[in-house]
Amino acid sequence: MIPLKDKDKPIIRKLLDAGCCARCILRFCCVAVQSAYRLSYEDICRELSAFVRDSEKEQTHDVTIQTQKDDPPQKKLKLENSQAGEHDTSAAATVTAECGRDTAGASVCVVCLGVLQDFCNHGFAKKVAEAVKAENYEIESLVLSVSLPAQLSVREHSCWLHIKKEVREKSMCLGKDDVIQVKEAFKWTLQTMVSKELRVPVLANSPFEVAVGFTHAETDADCHFLATTCSDCFKPTKNKLSVFTRMAVVKALEKISDDKFCRNFPCPPTKPSTECSPQDITCLHGSVFVAGRYNKFSRELPQTPWVIDGERRMEGSVEELIAAPLLSSFRAEGFNFSSSGREDVDVRTLGNGRPFAMELLNPHRSQFTKAEIRQLQEAINQSSDKIRVRDLQIVTREAMSRMKEGEEEKTKSYSALIWTQRSIEKKDLEFIENIKELTIDQKTPLRVLHRRPLAVRQRVIHSMSASLLDCHHFTLRLRTQAGTYIKEFVHGDFGRTKPNLCDLMQTETDILELDVESVDVDWPPAVPE
Amino acid sequence: MPQKAPSVIDRYYTRWYKTDMKGKPCEDHCILQHSNRICVITLAESHPILQDGRTIKNITYQISDGCSRLKNKVSGKSKRGGQFLTEFAPLCRITCTDDVEYTVFSCIRGRLLEVNEAILKRPSLLLEKPSTEGYIAVILPKFEESKSITEGLLTRAQYEEVVSKRTNHQPDLC
Repeated sequence: MIPLKDKDKPIIRKLLDAGCCARCILRFCCVAVQSAYRLSYEDICRELSAFVRDSEKEQTHDVTIQTQKDDPPQKKLKLENSQAGEHDTSAAATVTAECGRDTAGASVCVVCLGVLQDFCNHGFAKKVAEAVKAENYEIESLVLSVSLPAQLSVREHSCWLHIKKEVREKSMCLGKDDVIQVKEAFKWTLQTMVSKELRVPVLANSPFEVAVGFTHAETDADCHFLATTCSDCFKPTKNKLSVFTRMAVVKALEKISDDKFCRNFPCPPTKPSTECSPQDITCLHGSVFVAGRYNKFSRELPQTPWVIDGERRMEGSVEELIAAPLLSSFRAEGFNFSSSGREDVDVRTLGNGRPFAMELLNPHRSQFTKAEIRQLQEAINQSSDKIRVRDLQIVTREAMSRMKEGEEEKTKSYSALIWTQRSIEKKDLEFIENIKELTIDQKTPLRVLHRRPLAVRQRVIHSMSASLLDCHHFTLRLRTQAGTYIKEFVHGDFGRTKPNLCDLMQTETDILELDVESVDVDWPPAVPE
Repeated sequence: MPQKAPSVIDRYYTRWYKTDMKGKPCEDHCILQHSNRICVITLAESHPILQDGRTIKNITYQISDGCSRLKNKVSGKSKRGGQFLTEFAPLCRITCTDDVEYTVFSCIRGRLLEVNEAILKRPSLLLEKPSTEGYIAVILPKFEESKSITEGLLTRAQYEEVVSKRTNHQPDLC
């Protein structure tokens, strides 16, 4: 069942002597058959012992593989050859026999520190599954991630150096990279069990990740010698608790010479007295993105919460009105709102509305039918008459970039109520329609200068039209390049936008009301009713 | 239909005044503070330059041999590199055709963001639209000083009172 070759035997023997667990032995024998690791620990031990016994009939070996620390003695697998009782003279075999039988602590693996022993069984899988169930996710698949103590890499390296010669004899082309990683062996085993418990398949790119972590305080100091031998790998950083990150340790181990390593760290590693402690099991579902277009009908509603010095200036906001029903339906932990540009609090957005997208963080439910999304849109629209949403749909993260792409290049249409100081008639407005592709220079408006760099930006007003309301008022419709500041184009912003409407009209002009009539970004696609 | 209601300045700015700047009678300055703390420095309407019949011969932002406000450059959101000004830092010097020279001061502490180069090309802007297109400079006070910088300044009402007292009691000073 387990594909082992004759040349694995010296490796197995040496690892048994060193105090390696059965799954770690498979790893170092480069066994890449996942199902081998899924066998129960006892079965693997049984197969290993049978394998060693079968092939070494003529030699005398007395090898015991201990299963688990607390296992009753009868469960221990005794490997005895036909000539039991005859004492073996091989030094290695003697050590194995002694360790196996007498030292209780020897049963925690010197390499994986118990991760592939006590945590690779149905008991632990059940615990993980229970933790996931308690969070009440609706999931279609899962992927397991595991975080191991950094010193495991040091112990792995030590063990590798210990058996390197034997592995090379098995095949010259095998190297450290061919050893199956603890992480892989652990996932192959536990992931399948958790998947069965939760009745969802394992998927490498599943949006739902279950994270399991281990620590082992007893051996934390294992890494410390690397800081003196490879000091350049361990630079303290602000947001790291310890310099001994897994990445840094792995990098240091790649650099250190075998001799130097062996002078500083025991080969094989010393036997631990305790096993790893599992950390809290955490679940995270990848973000779901919901896009649509919104109208804003109020001149007293900001797009995002308006907070000055920690105090709220106005009740409600577009993003909160849209987010509330989405958060409760997706049972998400939070959201990020983004949109194709934004409008001032006193500006309405009419027409087809402004494209937006909402990133829903860690949603506990993520599957919705088209009909359910339509109902959700209805719920948002019922909740307030200040906004209205259309074309609501679930989109991919990648599709969201379409919205931001459109931001600068696309055109926007506006309608503005203009006041003129000078009394005007219909004929005073006629020239406006003849202005096409007018380039204006806009210095960053004083109104936003406190948070934007000072610059002069060229913007194009593609076309305009005007309709007279009375002798001091008219409606101005504009089609402009996105990013044009309309208010400043009208009042001039202390002459900082040139030319401005005052220049064109040769009188003081001011803007009393502004509406966005259309945001010409062809995303998200329309959703047919 | 809405009537011409408050102007842009009325809607977004608070008017502050410094009268008799540096003890010089009637050399009144107006500081327009936006709700976002940015300040626009202008001449107050009572400033001698704006009184009947005066015309401007020259405006210069070169306030000394070594210092020109035209060299001011700011970069980035945080406006790095802008000259830092105190209350009595001169912004520009204006000479009228009668050869009287006036100095316009910062009036507040803050970082100089820009000066109005348009008035160099068209000095008449300063006379025609002193509180809008004829502004002198834009200054960004420090965030923590955005309230305290106006402590030594007069409100619109206080300023009007000062000006009306002048016309009643000391008509010949201005």
